[in-house]
Amino acid sequence: MSRSDWEVVIGLEVHAQLNTASKIFSGASTAFGAEPNVQASAVDVALPGVLPVLNRGAVERAIRLGLALGSHIAPKSVFARKNYFYPDLPKGYQISQFELPVVQGGTLTIRVGEGDSAYEKTVQLTRAHLEEDAGKSLHEDFHGMSGIDLNRAGTPLLEIVSEPDMRSSAEAVAYARALHALVRWIDICDGNMQEGSFRCDANVSVRKWGAEQFGTRREIKNLNSFRFLQQAIDYEVQWQIDTIEDGGTIQQATVLFDPETGETRMMRSKEDAHDYRYFPDPDLLPLVIDEAWIARVRGEMPELPAAMKDRFVAELGLSAYDAAALTAAKEIATYFQAAVDAAGSNIAKLCANWVMGELAARLNKADLDISASPVTPAQLAGLVSRIADSTISNAIARKVFDALWNGEGATADEIIDKQGLRQVTDSSAIEAMIDEVLAANQKSVEEFRAGKEKAFNALVGQVMKASKGKASPAQVNELLRQKLAG
Amino acid sequence: MSLSNEQVGRLARLARLEISATEIDATRTKLDGIFALIEQMQAVDTTGIEPMSHPQDLATRLRDDVVTETDRRAAFQSVAPQTEAGLYLVPKVIE
Repeated sequence: MSRSDWEVVIGLEVHAQLNTASKIFSGASTAFGAEPNVQASAVDVALPGVLPVLNRGAVERAIRLGLALGSHIAPKSVFARKNYFYPDLPKGYQISQFELPVVQGGTLTIRVGEGDSAYEKTVQLTRAHLEEDAGKSLHEDFHGMSGIDLNRAGTPLLEIVSEPDMRSSAEAVAYARALHALVRWIDICDGNMQEGSFRCDANVSVRKWGAEQFGTRREIKNLNSFRFLQQAIDYEVQWQIDTIEDGGTIQQATVLFDPETGETRMMRSKEDAHDYRYFPDPDLLPLVIDEAWIARVRGEMPELPAAMKDRFVAELGLSAYDAAALTAAKEIATYFQAAVDAAGSNIAKLCANWVMGELAARLNKADLDISASPVTPAQLAGLVSRIADSTISNAIARKVFDALWNGEGATADEIIDKQGLRQVTDSSAIEAMIDEVLAANQKSVEEFRAGKEKAFNALVGQVMKASKGKASPAQVNELLRQKLAG
Repeated sequence: MSLSNEQVGRLARLARLEISATEIDATRTKLDGIFALIEQMQAVDTTGIEPMSHPQDLATRLRDDVVTETDRRAAFQSVAPQTEAGLYLVPKVIE
């Protein structure tokens, strides 16, 4: 038997850290990178007698996500205590939501793969619930003890849970990427994976094709990059298949991925570790969200990537592939939209080509984000407009782009004028150049007359060179043929 | 419903309570009493009644997303058994 005999089943749980200024149940700051424990209030360190008070901003972000995913936003949801003992959880329980989460259901459509083999898939969401993060344990040597930093304790999280709808690591990564783009798009999470603002847990199982029941799953915890997500799932899938084919069975377990070895390994887990004894938190009354609140948030939502993609296809005439690429991240979409607004929607396709082509390549090479692009959308629009109206050729446009990139001028027009790059369209000027070239290249002329088409291309090249690239190749072609025929 | 001593022991372990062998019977009897009360309540017909998560039918109060707390680490750590470099020190939790 081989891997192809097995169907892979994956569900993801994503913890998105909400970008509020203060914590979910206290007025302490959530800023990253502070000195240990200076952002841990009496509520966060769980001093006796304190009471949690829910952050409106955290709820509002949950509503935004629910609206973006087409979910049901619960008019009434309930906070529950998840009980376990760990030193970085000073209350002895995490405040989470269990039976009645704030966001229920929803879908996210993802694009998997590249080029012709790319396909779309709609992933069902189970729920998204609000909860607080725990503190951090530092296991460096403090005389054989562990150090506890509670700055992160009480940071608001949305745990976004999918149905087990993914069937490959590629689909899981596509889903995680789409969700990552979405939470940043609707501005509820900064998406910084290195700082742990967006962490994935993957529930992975395998079953024989056609089997009705899911196999037993193992949960890979805390994957903080898309590459690790892919590697961890691929390793885990192979391990499960090998285990079953060797006559073993899969035990439900929580595992960790070790990026050093590329392997997953079982976490130490005590027999009672998963008995969390959830119950409604008596310190918190139900969270009530009325229609008016939802309507107000809906009114403040930006255009969503899926809607923008459809609009780019319908109104700007872009291909589905281009529209998907341009709406893959908010920064790219914003840049493109600004360029089109400045250039005019009739040349949107040309703008798209430049954003995804030259600009993307240069940004990639310089390791820059598009929001930090040295060439602004207005500058790019100016450049593209001059290509569209034949002031410059594509080859010259790349020169102008370089100049804009290097700050050699404020606009494409300024650079074109300063460097004399305007395309030569005066046919008598081109004819004069052609005459010179023909006189100097008699051999090529004879070869062309003897039927060698290659010689013609060589002549065009010479004329283009003589014009310093400023002549239109089409025009040179036409005039040269006339000359040679005459 | 009545609990076994084994179940009482498991609950105590989950709650990190130390219950000695001599206390376990008495604890079980008390817990059984609570379960008897729950059974009585569960016998009430609640068909069509929306379950409540809290005895008061009120909505939770919300606060604006504003930082209102200042650094009080020194005060909080003055009652901690052991601290270093701003961290609370605890017995090592992984091997």
